[in-house]
Amino acid sequence: MNAVVEASERGAQIPECPTVMTESPDFASRPAYFRGRQQAAWERFQSLPMPARTDEAWRFADVKALDLSPYRAAGAVSDAQQAVLLARSRGLGETAGRMVFANDRLLSHEVLADDMRAKGVIWLPLEQALVEQRDLIERHFMSGDSLLGSAKFAALHEAHVKAGSFLHVPRGVEVALPIEVFHWLSGDGAAVFPHTLIVADECSKVTVVDSFAGASDGPGFACGVNDIVVGNGASVTYVAIQRWSEKTLAFHLNNTSVARDATALALRLNLGGARVRDEAASHLRGQGGRSDMLSVSAAAGAQIFDQRTLQIHEQPDTASDLLYKNALNDRARTIFTGLIRVEPVAHKTDAYQKVRNLILSNEAEANSAPGLEIEADDVRCTHGATSGTLEEDEMFYLQSRGIPRWEAQQLITFGFLSEVFDRLPCASLRDHLTDLLHEKLG
Amino acid sequence: MSLEIKNLHARIAGNGTEILRGLTLTIEKGKVHAIMGPNGSGKSTLSKVLGGHPDYEITDGDVLLDGASILGMEPDERSRAGLFLAFQYPMEIPGVSNANFIRAALQARMPEGEELEATDYYAQLYEKMDMLEMDRKFTARSVNEGFSGGEKKRNEILQMLMLKPKYAILDETDSGLDIDALRVVSKGVNSQRGAERGFLVITHYQRLLDYIVPDEVSVLVGGRIAMSGSKALALELEAKGYDWIKEDAAEPACA
Ligand SMILES: Nc1ncnc2c1ncn2[C@@H]1O[C@H](COP(=O)(O)OP(=O)(O)OP(=O)(O)O)[C@@H](O)[C@H]1O
Ligand SMILES: [Mg+2]
Repeated sequence: MNAVVEASERGAQIPECPTVMTESPDFASRPAYFRGRQQAAWERFQSLPMPARTDEAWRFADVKALDLSPYRAAGAVSDAQQAVLLARSRGLGETAGRMVFANDRLLSHEVLADDMRAKGVIWLPLEQALVEQRDLIERHFMSGDSLLGSAKFAALHEAHVKAGSFLHVPRGVEVALPIEVFHWLSGDGAAVFPHTLIVADECSKVTVVDSFAGASDGPGFACGVNDIVVGNGASVTYVAIQRWSEKTLAFHLNNTSVARDATALALRLNLGGARVRDEAASHLRGQGGRSDMLSVSAAAGAQIFDQRTLQIHEQPDTASDLLYKNALNDRARTIFTGLIRVEPVAHKTDAYQKVRNLILSNEAEANSAPGLEIEADDVRCTHGATSGTLEEDEMFYLQSRGIPRWEAQQLITFGFLSEVFDRLPCASLRDHLTDLLHEKLG
Repeated sequence: MSLEIKNLHARIAGNGTEILRGLTLTIEKGKVHAIMGPNGSGKSTLSKVLGGHPDYEITDGDVLLDGASILGMEPDERSRAGLFLAFQYPMEIPGVSNANFIRAALQARMPEGEELEATDYYAQLYEKMDMLEMDRKFTARSVNEGFSGGEKKRNEILQMLMLKPKYAILDETDSGLDIDALRVVSKGVNSQRGAERGFLVITHYQRLLDYIVPDEVSVLVGGRIAMSGSKALALELEAKGYDWIKEDAAEPACA
């Protein structure tokens, strides 16, 4: 009798469960200059509508799946788990530095190579950078508009963000080894907002590898931004390894700015996640600039990888080359829409865009919509999307050597995807990605 | 012990065109049996049918490997049972290194739970590559991708040397080989001749048979063996062509 009364009273008192959508982030702990901007982002998030099926930027997507109400800002992980995650935060052999976050909290920050210390490289956890590097943050932090459909989620990120890495490589400095950053997500319903900001000044050179991973199999939400600013003559290689739990809803939003004679090369490896929205926009802003946009996705089960890209040529004599490869098994889906935009001034643009889908199951589905908008003369652009199944003759060739059919399929799939890794300049990185892909394909 | 092909009838799956029309042939262990025949007579089809290619349907006859029928077996099972095909047109497999490919083929022959020993494997691989005068760079390159015609054929023989089959069918392995390559490839094949292995060598040129001397020569015309003989038959074909055999083998209309 008592119990019943108590229960009904408690029921009446429980406030609506706070979620990433309803609970205002903790702005108070941020520096004052940043607080205002986060508050504005929060308001923007709340006022912007959720994507609708009819939005061109959400064509093919299942917008009903974007319900954020199950997710809350992640709590701290236990000491015991921290130790476990730190131990698991190993990817490449030798690295210039390693930063590890779990549930948006910094676990470790190790500067390992001398060229990171000696040459004035600034490499900080974002929270510290907000305080110590106000100028650079004000100049570069989320300075590009969200052009590919996720303005609302970019605002959500901006409002909540507290963890991530900030890197500034000064003029002429080359960091030889890759820098490695890990973001772990742990706990059912937890939400994280990992941020990556890379600013490479004139003629500098650096490689950054972000690893996003689920610590457990449970559902989660990740809403990350990775922005890359490549100065004149500089060269940045960025690799994002996405291995969230297969119940995670994830956003990864990017703007890359490429200045005169600069090169950006980004490779996104999608292995985990339930639904992953991956937006990448490369802005070619100086003559001689080049952006390579690469992606490898191994989709299985009911995974959905939704990728949107923009190659925007704002100056003459610029080049971009996009190659996205997807292998789809089971009931998996991939979506690609990409646009090459050549502005009226951007003569002598070289722009390529290629999407290739390998469909391994009758129930899998790939939607690809490459696109071109060319307003300049004298440009070389090609784009195309192909979808195919396994070639029976290739399968027969492998089987005729005694390799069982399932393994032949694995080898061909692996070969199809891993070819993209050959575009990476660093062997240890290629080997690492190869291992992870092997793991996923079985 | 032999690979026995008995009255084999095969047609293109789903289309009905019969290509092998009652083909009977025995490849004995320890022997080299050469097959010649005009273009389109069914030589490559025979080798693919033996390998279990899904494009073809067997409508009659049988193939016995050391007495046991292989027709119910998957292509990979046939291979592990000891059959090897060197393809007329080897496939390119992008992104799969030659070394990993051959390793996977050997690994598939190991008992469950046992791992191929990597150093032994590479030692063996390099030894065979040296025999075939193949550069080491071919281990890291994708299977056959961008290989020249001759390089592909050498690569087929490399696989044969590594897999040590009981019966090997070489489909025009000599086509596209220069004189030196022909010598090298023949050396590879001859090194494998012996009591424990039988060969079916498909060729258009009797020159190959100077290097790999056959025990028997058969002529395939219109999907069946039209004539068999000794090595001298190859010389005769070289001189006279196939017309005289075609006439002999001609069959009544609407057979
Ligand atoms: N899968 C197929 N689909 C259609 N036609 C086929 C197929 N396989 C074989 N054929 C036809 O069957 C005939 C025999 O072909 P096959 O390749 O066996 O000839 P071959 O004796 O090896 O000739 P070559 O000396 O030119 O290599 C040809 O007419 C060929 O076009
Ligand atoms: Mg042929």
